[in-house]
Amino acid sequence: MELLDVSLINWSRGQFALTAMYHWIFVPLTLGVGVVMAIMETLYYKTGKEEWKKATKFWMTLFGVNFACGVATGIILEFQFGTNWSNYSWFVGDIFGAPLAIEGMLAFFLEATFISIMFFGWKKVSKGFHLASTWLVMLGATFSALWILVANAWMQHPIGMEFNPDTARNEMVSFWSILLSPIALNKFFHTVLSGWVLGALFVVGVSSWFILKKRELDFALRSIKIGAIFGFISTILIIATGDGSAYHVAQKQPMKLAAMEGLYEGKAGANIVAMGLLNPDKQYDNEEETFIVKMDVPVPKLLSLLGYRDGDAFVPGIKDIIHGYTLSDGTEVSSFAEKQVSGKKAIQALNDYREAKATGNDSLAVAHKAVLDEHFANFGYGYLEKPADLIPNVALVFYSFHIMVALGMLFLVIFMAVWFFHWKKKLENVRWLLWGSLFSIPLGYLATQLGWVVAEVGRQPWAIQDVLPVQAAVSSISTGSVQLTFFLFLALFTALLIAEIRIMVKQIQKGPGNE
Amino acid sequence: MTTYAFFQHYWWFLISLLGGLLTFLLFIQGGQSMLFSLSKTEDEKRLLVNVLGRKWEYTFTTLVTFGGAFFASFPLFYSTSFGGAYWVWVIILFAFTIQAFSYEFQSKPGNVYGKTTYRSLLFINGLLGTFLLGVAVATFFTGSDFTVGKDNITNIASPVISRWGSGWHGLEALLCPRNLFLGLAIFFLARTQATLFFINRLKHEVLENRSHKYLLYNAIPFVVFFLAFLISIFLSEGFAVQDNGAVYMEKYKYLHNLIEMPVVGILFLLGVLTVLYGIIASILKQSFKKGIWFSGVGTVVTVTMLLLIAGYNNTSFYPSSSDLQSSLTIFNASSSEFTLKAMSWASILVPIVAGYIFIAWRALEKKKTDMDDINSDSHAY
Repeated sequence: MELLDVSLINWSRGQFALTAMYHWIFVPLTLGVGVVMAIMETLYYKTGKEEWKKATKFWMTLFGVNFACGVATGIILEFQFGTNWSNYSWFVGDIFGAPLAIEGMLAFFLEATFISIMFFGWKKVSKGFHLASTWLVMLGATFSALWILVANAWMQHPIGMEFNPDTARNEMVSFWSILLSPIALNKFFHTVLSGWVLGALFVVGVSSWFILKKRELDFALRSIKIGAIFGFISTILIIATGDGSAYHVAQKQPMKLAAMEGLYEGKAGANIVAMGLLNPDKQYDNEEETFIVKMDVPVPKLLSLLGYRDGDAFVPGIKDIIHGYTLSDGTEVSSFAEKQVSGKKAIQALNDYREAKATGNDSLAVAHKAVLDEHFANFGYGYLEKPADLIPNVALVFYSFHIMVALGMLFLVIFMAVWFFHWKKKLENVRWLLWGSLFSIPLGYLATQLGWVVAEVGRQPWAIQDVLPVQAAVSSISTGSVQLTFFLFLALFTALLIAEIRIMVKQIQKGPGNE
Repeated sequence: MTTYAFFQHYWWFLISLLGGLLTFLLFIQGGQSMLFSLSKTEDEKRLLVNVLGRKWEYTFTTLVTFGGAFFASFPLFYSTSFGGAYWVWVIILFAFTIQAFSYEFQSKPGNVYGKTTYRSLLFINGLLGTFLLGVAVATFFTGSDFTVGKDNITNIASPVISRWGSGWHGLEALLCPRNLFLGLAIFFLARTQATLFFINRLKHEVLENRSHKYLLYNAIPFVVFFLAFLISIFLSEGFAVQDNGAVYMEKYKYLHNLIEMPVVGILFLLGVLTVLYGIIASILKQSFKKGIWFSGVGTVVTVTMLLLIAGYNNTSFYPSSSDLQSSLTIFNASSSEFTLKAMSWASILVPIVAGYIFIAWRALEKKKTDMDDINSDSHAY
């Protein structure tokens, strides 16, 4: 029997991460700039002012360049579930596939159809039809995000399903509980808002460049105002949804929360770390200090309050999750060892059930099914070998989370400041702010990438939380094949990114007045 | 009426229809494969790129939807074929990925690699995308080297359910002449339809005349390879399924399916005749410009029926040549009844999608495209 090797799993994960991260360079900008250009075209439609049309077309061109790259990387992502995660595709395809199909049928076609009108229809359709097309493209992009984020949220918190031992897979029993899961809705809004913040930063940053260069001032001031207001509102909303995310993570993925906070030993009334330097020698089973240096947020018990809506609530650390713990409400949570035993019982019961069915012994099958049902919640733990398998890369998750939050706060300050100085009609003189806005564009990309690092690295080792670890999800192909495709895609995506950045820079330099 | 089997048949029909639509829309790829031969001057190339570039997203989106729908409705196919025939699918994906940005980037200043590079990528997409999709679909009739063992999931050290036998991971399909027949048929069909599309859309005498010539050059090999594929599968053994789910080889299975499902058989023949009518009428009569619509509708119907022949009437739609009992059928590879039902509700919205595609297509295609249109369009490629 061929055994799966660790390098295959790691290269498969690497390839998926590579594709997802490149995809997410392009997509958030289309989400954010899509709204901005739709607002501007609406203003053109209402006022008839050519300046708004000029601004719309400028941002639309940049949208188009990004959109093409998002499409190019997106198709690889979709099919990678099959090519590299074939076991996953069967084990949960009954649930995960449906959002993908609906995404294609309803959202992608909306985008693909109306984007032609948006780009090529200025002289061929009425102003109203064109405006509607632009909004529909924006809506299509947002709906696309909805369905894939519903699917992703389900992986973080699998609900609305039952395991069917006859088919050896999980099957959907409630479409609405999957679609309307609070985690899915929160994830959708948080992620789309991150795109809006990035789009706003981009508009503000590019407009700042025009102001610094004293070019296209009318266009730049119109754009920067809309960008700053849109960005400010989006950042406020993203803080609210970020709170929702943290709450859900605390409830459903305590290991992720512990990694986000570098919390090895749980405590009641836990604080939030404002910033800190992790001790690289720290392991869950040694007594080293967790931090070399650390500073808490000066609001006591904030982690307990945000995570459990109770300032005195117990927040489990990594050690507690490994060894078992009791929550403030008295709920006892089993240790890794207990869950591992339970998971192995579930897997064995599935094996026994299928054997009994194959030999026609239905009564024995019923008995094994009862054991399987009893232990299925821990099914995935049966594939894990040791406690350390349960712990994600703490440093990566911790730093990603804290840098993302810090950047979010910085963006809020930038949007407020730009809006304020624009209102005071002094923006052109505040050059440090204009430069700051310009250089905040790459920081916006960094923040959105880090958000995904927290979400995805933080849930390791799970492909599906508690049900399917990555080693049981991967395809049976040679590591060499995956390495080859990894570097193939790396070369393609990097070449694409280089061209995309250069085209964007050239288009910006060209400006809105020189079509 | 609304039994599990009904939904399994319904979703195989939708997959088949999507396959038919995708095959028709591959005319974009066919056109791309002629960028360096049909057009001789830069203006001609630009015109071709722009008429194709206004439609490429339909093909791309249909391919993505085809994949998503296959995943959702027949996940065992998705996991078995994509995870097993890894290299064929990766090359197909690669071929389509390079298309997605090549239109948008080629005329933009600062595109780094130059216009010719992007057009070459479009050419590669046209060549490999069509041919390999044809080869992959041909394996629905000729079989592949894989096993499926759902019990494997309880093997903690190696829980993979679907395993591919050949180390070539799908590329071995290129050694089977019948697969090559369909691959080449799809390639030449895409080119044939592209010439019909150009005849219909372009207001450019030189390109129109040249398209008529190219129509003949491509239609003949298309017909030859398509007939070779049809004859080879109709006269060979097919993968039949007993009532208990056991798969066995049946002589003339696909021919039997054609006869035993008369509606499918008649529509298949009508589809083929409609394609031929579109082609022949366009060849014989220079003033006949609507060949693409006859050929297009005929292609959708023919391919849909061909895929129904592969999956209906107790047939394995994705057979295993190395382990017959691992073969996939619409019954053992489908999603649960609940999921198929839930997605069927969503599929009710498809006519609305078709409606707005029609409206948008019409809005942009009120008149034929010429160089003036391209030169006056600020977003032209």
